[in-house]
Formats: sequence, structure tokens, C-alpha cells
Amino acid sequence: MTTAPLATTPVYERPDALTDVPTHYCPGCTHGIAHRLIAEVIDELGVRETTIGVASVGCSVFAYRYFATDFAQAAHGRAPAMATGLKRVSPERLVFTYQGDGDLASIGAAEILHAAARGEAITVFFLNNATYGMTGGQMAPTSLIGQKTTSSPLGRDAASQGSPIRMSELIAQLDGAAYVVRRSLHDVVQIKRAKKAIREAFEVQQRGLGFAMVELLSSCPTNWGMAPDEALGWIRDAMVPAYPLGDFKVPEGLRPARKGAHA
Amino acid sequence: MAVELLKGNVAFAEAAVRAGCEAYFGYPITPQTEALEHMAKRMPELGRVFVQAESEVAAINMVYGAAAAGARVMTSSSSPGVSLMMEGISYIAGSEVPAVVVDVMRGGPGLGNIAPAQCDYLQMVKGGGHGDYRSIVLAPSTVQELIDHTVLAFDLAEAWRTIVVVLADGSLGQMMEGAELPPMRPPRPPSERAAWALTGAIGRPTNLVSSIHLEPSEEEAFNQRLQAKYAAIEAAEVRVEEHLTGDARIAVVAFGTAARLAKTAIAAARDDGLAVGVLRPITLDPFPTAALRALAERVDGLLVVEMNAGQMLQDVQRVVAERVPVRFFGRTGGVMPMPEEIGAAIRELAHEVGAADDAAPWQEVPA
Ligand SMILES: Cc1ncc(C[n+]2csc(CCOP(=O)(O)OP(=O)(O)O)c2C)c(N)n1
Ligand code: SF4
Repeated sequence: MTTAPLATTPVYERPDALTDVPTHYCPGCTHGIAHRLIAEVIDELGVRETTIGVASVGCSVFAYRYFATDFAQAAHGRAPAMATGLKRVSPERLVFTYQGDGDLASIGAAEILHAAARGEAITVFFLNNATYGMTGGQMAPTSLIGQKTTSSPLGRDAASQGSPIRMSELIAQLDGAAYVVRRSLHDVVQIKRAKKAIREAFEVQQRGLGFAMVELLSSCPTNWGMAPDEALGWIRDAMVPAYPLGDFKVPEGLRPARKGAHA
Repeated sequence: MAVELLKGNVAFAEAAVRAGCEAYFGYPITPQTEALEHMAKRMPELGRVFVQAESEVAAINMVYGAAAAGARVMTSSSSPGVSLMMEGISYIAGSEVPAVVVDVMRGGPGLGNIAPAQCDYLQMVKGGGHGDYRSIVLAPSTVQELIDHTVLAFDLAEAWRTIVVVLADGSLGQMMEGAELPPMRPPRPPSERAAWALTGAIGRPTNLVSSIHLEPSEEEAFNQRLQAKYAAIEAAEVRVEEHLTGDARIAVVAFGTAARLAKTAIAAARDDGLAVGVLRPITLDPFPTAALRALAERVDGLLVVEMNAGQMLQDVQRVVAERVPVRFFGRTGGVMPMPEEIGAAIRELAHEVGAADDAAPWQEVPA
């Protein structure tokens, strides 16, 4: 047995689907993790040259700088409509959107619901960080009851400011939605699960099964006023109970039947 | 192709099909809905894209997406729906992708009514969306022109990578008139889409369609490039019709349906010995500045006639710059100006500026 020098075995590399530029995200922000997972999956599926991304308006507005794929930059909330136009005239391409919670669940609520209802063959990555990151930490439709934000300084009050919207549960109700799952980015196990879901969401599109969305619970240490590790703890302890992780809809036949499982 | 009796809305939709339009996205609104209905039937039949969007906001952003992919794409709507499209139109302008919007204007403001009007001139010609952008705006006055302008709109949009608006009104959309459709042009195959389009970065660097320039100096440089493009459009694409202006001492300036009514009015005025002509801007942007200025040098007075409270009037006043008296006659709220009323306004102006000396005596026209 020959022994190769350890140093030549790469254990961590930049995926081809990511560009070689530093991101503008704050230290400890999980947007970067989500980008990397998506890029790794694009590499693994070998679809970098046949994928078109649609960036939204929010902290991820510059997503196009980081993905080495063709990209469009949509108006606030309109990424699913723009993706609809792109996909309908390019059915042989993989089209994905990358949207925050203000973008997807507030100003773009109509666009996401109807894209799902139509069963648009697009893949949506929905980063839920329970706040408007880019504009400085205002209340989002997904902010938790009691969560202090710059526009709910006393804490979100259900009576006057409404209650959090669970978009995945809502969208899973629609017949057009084929694949809807919620994952989290707060620790290694969850990140690995998130990556699997990202891969499945692309496969749903590749196989023409319909609309696919992965909601990712994400951190905003800057606007939450927390250290990065504290922020990850807040996802686990405060967000996950309000936004249960799991599969809300998975098309039949997407996953191989488990050994020993009954048909 | 033969002349057929065609309804305006159906005519422009079919013209778009024949111009190789690959995708249509829209939302029902009177008085343009027949266009959407025609597309709902025709596009799938030809294996092309039709989507009834959840709103005009979504429709224009679907147009934006398909345009970003390099497809020939259009939407059509009427005034309140076009108001909802303004954000998307600004993004399309800001990312320089080609798209066609047909606005079949109706009475406003607000929900207004479904009668023909021209009250969105300022919105469509002066912007409407945010930012320093302009659109090419075509103003048809017959069903034939509505057809021809729709075809032209696609070619101009792609040549200049800009929004082209076909600004029609409810009467043009609803009327039936003899017109000839163009021959069928097959859509461009996806493999021949423009080099800048989002087609997937197969063996080439990645493409980006975006309207963001965070650095002010970059945004300014982009704006300067846009302005240079608009100047080039102004130099190349002005279209105007002059009707009996050769010997005219009075000229009516009107676009679209109002110009058509004005032509009827001046025929009667000419019968009475008044030397009247019509200048009809066909492109509202670029505006026929040179033709209008030259005309203003020759005539004694100008009458602007519009189906609004005086919107193009502002452009005429700007161009004429008080060389000659400019008067206005308009009806609003979806009321069409009748040729007799226009005739009365022509006579009034002719008397005011002394251009009626040889004409038949002034008569009050019953209201
Ligand atoms: C029409 C419009 N309204 C408001 C804004 C301002 N704006 C920019 S980003 C943003 C919120 C984004 O929050 P989210 O989608 O949660 O993404 P995050 O920044 O948290 O990643 C808002 C309100 C805008 N750009 N456009
Ligand atoms: S503001 Fe929040 S969401 Fe935005 S980059 Fe910073 S940490 Fe991330």
C-alpha cells in the first residue's frame, strides 16, 4: 500500500458553483451556509451550466455575485413570478429562487402562493430568519410573538401585529405544491439534513414533479443582537418550537423505499 | 393576406402571435380582455406560453423573467392594471431587457370606467415607474395600425433592448374594422436567443440580468448610457403623420383615436373654407419635436385635442414655446370628443388668430 502525503487530500474546497469572492454577509450569518449547500448540490448534480438563479430583495440581493450560474435579480417579493417567466420559456433549465421571509411571506405572499398553486416547476429556497435583515431588523411576518424588533420595540403583539405565518404548512395545502419541507441551519446534523432537502428539491424539478420549496430556519445575529453561537441557540430554542422541522409534502417515489418498509 | 373585419383587441393579439411572440402573461381587465382570451386559445395551440397571472404585478414580473431569458414576450392590460405594472416596468427598463406592453386605456382616475380615454399619456410617456427611464410609446389610431404597431413593437424592443408601449384606448380595442394581419413569422428557436440572455452558462461566462448598481458612480454611468440610448432612439425612431398641413393656417395636434376624430372635424372645416390640418404623433416617445416645431413656424395657431384634461398639451406647449397660440379641447372620463365640438374649437381658434377671414361665418354649434 502506498501512502500519499496527507496534505494533498483536499477535505474542503470551494464548489465550482460558487465564485471566488468574499461575501458581504455578517459574521455568523447562515446565508453563507445556505449558499454553500446549494452550490454543493449544483456541483453534485452537474447542473451549474443549466441552472438559472433568481435573487430576491433582502440581504441575499447579491446572491448573483456568489453563484457561478446565470442569474436574475428580481423586484422585492416577485422572484416566483420572474422564475415563472424564466422557466416557462426555458423548460429544459433548472430555475431556483432564493428569498427571505420579508420577501416571500410579506410583500411576495401572492406570488409564492400562486406559483405553488400553479405547480410551477421551480425550486424555492426560503430563508426564514424572523426579521427584515437588510433594512435593519424590522418585524417580519415570521417574527415570533414577543420578539423585539426595531418596528415591534415592545415585542410582537399578536392582538395588534398578528401572528407568525407558517408558510410551509400553508403552501403544502396547495395541490400544485409537490415538495415542501422545513429544515434548519443551526447545527451540523441539521445542516446535513438541509443539504439533502436542497438536493431533493432540485430533483423534484428535474423529474418534472412540480413546485418545490425548502424553508431554512436561518440566523441574523446582527439584528437579533446576539453573538453567532447564541443566535444558533435561539433558532434551536425559540424558532424550532414555533416552526417545527419536517416534511410537509414529499412526492411519492422521490425517495427510495426504506429497507423493510411495507408498501 | 386579405383584409378582414377584425376587433382591435383580437387583432393585436393575433398580430403578436404572428410576430413570433413566444409568451404572453396577463390578467383580465376591460376593455382589453379579448386579447387575453385570444392568447389563451392561440398560444397553447401553437405550443407557446400563456399564463393568466394572479395580478398585473405578477404578470409584468413574468414578462420580466421571460424577457431575461431572451424570449419574445408581451403583456396587455388597461389603465388600473398598468398602474400595477409600474414597478416591473422600471425594473425591465433598469435591466435593459426587451418587452412589449399594450395599454388599452380607459377612463380614470381610480376604478374609473371602461370607456375609451387617453388619460394615461403622462403615466406612459413620462415614466410612471421610478427612475430616469423612458419607453418607446406608439400611438395607433386604427385597427390596422394597432396590428402594425404591435409587430413593430417587438422589433423595436429587441433592437433597442427597451420597453415598447402600444398606447391604445378602449374604442380601438373594442371596434371592428377592416384590417390585414401580417404573415406568420415562426418564433425564434431558443438556441438563437441573444448573447446577453439567461440561457444557462454552457461553455461561456455567466450572464446576469439585474437593475442594481449599488455604487452611485456606477449607477450614474449606467444612467448616462441609458440617456445616450434614448438620444439615439430620438434620432432614429420618430414617427409622425401630417395630414393636410401643407397650406394649413390652423393645425390640430392629436394622437390615436382623438386624431381620427380630428380628421373628420377638419374635413368639415375645410368644406367651410378653413385651411386646417392635423399633426398626429405616432411615436409619443420619442415625440415628433422637429415636425411640430416646423409646423408651428408656418401656422397661426395650434389646437391640441385629447381624450383627457390636457396631457400631451404639456409637450406641445414645451415644443412650441409660445411661437403661436396653443389652445386645447378635450373630453374626459371616457367621453369621446365629437367632430362637431372639435370643429367649433377650430373655428374659435381661427377667429382668435385671424385665420378665418375667408371662411364661412362663425356659427354656434348646438351642444
Ligand atoms: C418595493 C420595496 N419595498 C421595500 C423595499 C425595502 N426592503 C429591502 S430588503 C427588505 C426586507 C428584506 O427582508 P427579508 O426578505 O426577510 O430578507 P433578509 O434581509 O432578512 O435576508 C425591504 C423591506 C424594497 N427594496 N422594495
Ligand atoms: S443583517 Fe442579518 S441576515 Fe443580513 S447578512 Fe447580516 S446577519 Fe445575515
